[in-house]
Amino acid sequence: MDATRESEPTTMKNRTTVERTSERELVVTRTFNAPARLVFEAWTTPELFKQWWVPKSMGMFLRSCEMDVRTGGTYRLVFGHDVSNPDEFFGRYLEVTPPSRIVWTNDEGGDGGSVTTVTLEEKDGRTLLVMHELYPSKEALDAAGTGAADMMSETFEQLDELLASQ
Amino acid sequence: MVQYPRARLDHAFAALSDATRRGVLEQLGRSEASITDLAAKFHMTLTGMKKHVGVLEQAGLVATEKVGRVRTCKLGPRGLDEEAAWIERHRQLWDARFDELDRVVEELKLKEKVNGRNKRK
Repeated sequence: MDATRESEPTTMKNRTTVERTSERELVVTRTFNAPARLVFEAWTTPELFKQWWVPKSMGMFLRSCEMDVRTGGTYRLVFGHDVSNPDEFFGRYLEVTPPSRIVWTNDEGGDGGSVTTVTLEEKDGRTLLVMHELYPSKEALDAAGTGAADMMSETFEQLDELLASQ
Repeated sequence: MVQYPRARLDHAFAALSDATRRGVLEQLGRSEASITDLAAKFHMTLTGMKKHVGVLEQAGLVATEKVGRVRTCKLGPRGLDEEAAWIERHRQLWDARFDELDRVVEELKLKEKVNGRNKRK
């Protein structure tokens, strides 16, 4: 088969990279073809945030989303009926600097939760997003869940393997 | 290449169709556990958990080993390279999330363009 004949998407999709930079740190990057202020707006406006934070593949339903996005403000996300995951996620914004930086705590696990830092760096009309998560321990990061996506991706990998070997 | 008989595929699907068994796999993805641990974790009887583990084992999703009086369960041969799978799970989540964010941002961009045009009129 000729690999070059595979259909290419009409617009180039930007890559998402994930790297575990230390036992307690996870770094996710992605570039957006838009100025930083628009990415910032989509991240900090509840009605917009709700439209993207819970992709269908996660298998979770976002019931409510309260966000007071300013330094010292708080947020609370309430999810629907997935018993294997906590229903609520909440925390405080440690720093909000439009349109380039948002830092928040994840307090649902009690004291010493993880701290997430998002930075938006604009260059030539495009924005590099770097998300840095610092967990209190290696074990906390090991156990960090990704919702139903955990199972789905494993299921698909296993299915792929099985089908490939038929 | 390993040949999986058709029956094995059926077993895999049947094994994954149950929420408890999916939970057991998720749990074992984090660390090995004994059947007693799993039974306690999922609020089940030992006999009930043994049945679930048996189904997963038959499908090749879980491997068990008896040491002394304890039967330890871990992910089956397909669960190897856990670290890469862990990273990939996170990548898939954020990729899906950021695809959606991309869509929202594109809409904002479009809206801004239209508004800008209206203002110039």
